Amino acid sequence: MTDNSWPEAVFRVLKSGNVRQIAFVPDAGLADLIRRAQSDPAIRDLVLTTEEEGVAIACGAWLGGQRAVLLMQSSGVGNCVNMFSLLASCQFPFLTLVAMRGEYAEMNPWQVPMGRATQQVLELMGIQVMRANTAREVEDTVRAAIDAVFEANDRVAVLLGQKLIGRKKWESD
Amino acid sequence: MIETGRVNRREYVTALIAEIPDALIITGLGSPTYDVYAAGHRPQNFYLWGAMGAAVPVALGLALAQPERSVVAVTGDGEHLMGVGALATIGAAQPSNLTVVVLDNAHFGETGMQCSHTGLGTDLRAIARGFGIETVIQVDSLADVSPVADRVRTRVGTTYVHVLIHADELPRALPPRDGVANKNAFRAALELPTF
Repeated sequence: MTDNSWPEAVFRVLKSGNVRQIAFVPDAGLADLIRRAQSDPAIRDLVLTTEEEGVAIACGAWLGGQRAVLLMQSSGVGNCVNMFSLLASCQFPFLTLVAMRGEYAEMNPWQVPMGRATQQVLELMGIQVMRANTAREVEDTVRAAIDAVFEANDRVAVLLGQKLIGRKKWESD
Repeated sequence: MIETGRVNRREYVTALIAEIPDALIITGLGSPTYDVYAAGHRPQNFYLWGAMGAAVPVALGLALAQPERSVVAVTGDGEHLMGVGALATIGAAQPSNLTVVVLDNAHFGETGMQCSHTGLGTDLRAIARGFGIETVIQVDSLADVSPVADRVRTRVGTTYVHVLIHADELPRALPPRDGVANKNAFRAALELPTF
């Protein structure tokens, strides 16, 4: 798999996993995936004002028999902390794909504190963390997460490493 | 002294639910959870005991998953304002089967009746309209039950209902706090397996 074809593979996996609602706060690294969700009539895309809405929406979707996924940047994980208690209290299945900032080749120091704490914050709130750092491993990792979440009723975050997402472009070429 | 232009929360919630027997109801933590439970338990109720701000977005996810059912969030002004951005998300999504009912006493009832933002200048109806919800209904009398119930049942558009209630503390009516059991029973009522 080439470095820029992983969003297509991830979208295919979400589709085959029967995900019907995709809620997101945008990140540049998720832009391709979001475009695919928006152009698919079988998927309901929901732009959020804050990531914690997506946690609650996923729970509501599950109450009604649909699978949802939350797409967010690592900074958004911090916005979700108390809402994650809903997942633990009711044992809702939950899948989020998190585009990492504040790690590989980060040049904005403001991204570093939350990026560095992201995995621990998720784990402290009872969410299993999986990670994909290369295009080669993304598809299988997301597929494994879907199985764990919707077949085994688990709560899983897949961190999409900043090395996978690539360096942020600050000026147009 | 009982203020005029405000309703008894229990009487209003009980009368509304009686007219929408098929609705799926999500309740916001604190008194709205007690009000809905006091109206009589039904498996189509999902009671939040925590996750402040969750009632409206949980109802949104449910409404999108169950477009042929009427979905109602019943919450209070404090719980609602903590997650008020979800109204913008609803304004963008416009689920025709979702009704948001906000019981507004302008106080945080669960924590000692501190004055809340709606008593200090916040205009919830203007907020809802500003977020793109066109149908906004103010309730200040028990006579206002049927028009709201009609909107709920007909599922013809997202509806925001601002219910002005007395700032009194009624006896607590506590539903079970077992969220897992509530989730499973709610799904069973929709003929869905536990997972």
